[in-house]
Amino acid sequence: MNKAIIVDSLDNVATTITNLEAGSTVTFKFGLKKKVKLKQSIPFGHKFALKKIKKGEKIIKYAEMIGRATQSIEEGEHVHIHNVESMRGRGDIA
Amino acid sequence: MNAIKKPVKIRGYERADGSFGIRNHVAIIPTVCCVNEVAKKVADQVEGTVAIPHECGCEVTTQLEIPTRTLIGTGSHPNVAAVLLISLGCETLDYELLANEIGKSKKPVELIVTQELGGTIKATEKGVRIAQKMVQNASQIEMNPNDVSALVVGLKCGGSDLTSGLAANPAVGVASDMIVNMGGTVFMGETPEIMGAEHLLVKRSANENVARRIYEIIDSWEQRAKNEAVRFHLITTGNIEGGLTTIEEKSLGAIYKAGSSEIQGVIEYAERPQGKGLFIMNTTGDDINSNTGMLGGGAHIILFTTGRGSPVGTPIAPVIKITGNPHTYEKMIDNMDINAGTIIEGKESIEEVGTRIFNEIVRVASGKRTKSEALGHNEFAIFRERGHAY
Repeated sequence: MNKAIIVDSLDNVATTITNLEAGSTVTFKFGLKKKVKLKQSIPFGHKFALKKIKKGEKIIKYAEMIGRATQSIEEGEHVHIHNVESMRGRGDIA
Repeated sequence: MNAIKKPVKIRGYERADGSFGIRNHVAIIPTVCCVNEVAKKVADQVEGTVAIPHECGCEVTTQLEIPTRTLIGTGSHPNVAAVLLISLGCETLDYELLANEIGKSKKPVELIVTQELGGTIKATEKGVRIAQKMVQNASQIEMNPNDVSALVVGLKCGGSDLTSGLAANPAVGVASDMIVNMGGTVFMGETPEIMGAEHLLVKRSANENVARRIYEIIDSWEQRAKNEAVRFHLITTGNIEGGLTTIEEKSLGAIYKAGSSEIQGVIEYAERPQGKGLFIMNTTGDDINSNTGMLGGGAHIILFTTGRGSPVGTPIAPVIKITGNPHTYEKMIDNMDINAGTIIEGKESIEEVGTRIFNEIVRVASGKRTKSEALGHNEFAIFRERGHAY
């Protein structure tokens, strides 16, 4: 069984399909062979970065933008509400 | 691909107005919430009836349009053989208009007014006698075969997690395309959960008018959200725990339910689509409000994907529960009809699960009871402007 899924080759995050421990390595046979070492434990269904994502950069899943990084994110780091913001339906930004 | 060899037939009830139902309910509908208990007492006494209590019927006149349309749609629904309307007598909702409009579907409709009859006991007694006769008459309607093109299927996701977008919704999309290709009708609701993915649906619009309407309905919901100025309220706590980070991510996963068919139109809450094919119904993302809108719009069956595990049903249209989460399927087995968790486990393809969903639609459209139906999950809530959830 795979440990995580990348939906599209444009994506910069992968979704775990099992609980993964910090320090474990996920290997993808997706396009170019890619190995990612996890910086933190990632629970089932959560996302981690496939490469370094700079603050303000788009988070891409399904080949589409799902939000923007609110801080710099390292490869293998947990990607969730603590470091990503939605750009839609926000009353707090113009 | 999707090898369905011989013509698929469903079995149901031909109605006098030319529509086709897959259930044969006698509906006991209160025209205002004050007589919900009368409707429930009548239904308790008569086997084969279903009470449809709700919270509406005495709104200020400017707020009556949606409750009235929804109750007309529910009474006129092809899964309903006959309707007993129970009024209080002083509500703002025009119950005589309701009876006349439902009557246009040419099914038996009767109206009793609790204040005229002298209260709960007398209204219940009269209601029981009427309902008893309605059930006896309805039981004599024979079932006949029909084509899948007669079906109207609603699409809904609730209690979403990461598996909804990766597994359950894409599999429902396959089944949805099969229904549309066979000449049936499908509608997807939940406008707020299109936000962030609307550009992908616009590309599939049948014409510019449809594209414009998609942007309009998204804009109206986005404006509401902005007015409330709460950062994460477009996704729930459960969504976040389940791994969904933003509304964009949820929406991109949600629209897979609508497959790849061309979008024929945008319809309002509880509005019947004109014509066949794929439509978008402008509803809230709230599960029961949204299901009720699709019921009012004439959905025979609702396909409901749920990663976290929702038990809800409707009083008259069977709900098929599909989970893309293998853990939820095991844990909530009493509520889940279809396991799409095999997709992320690598045991089945999206196409294979989609075909399984289609086959289950055909079985349910021929009389098989879904789990929520067998457990009596009859949730029903009409959308109200205030107090809504997304």
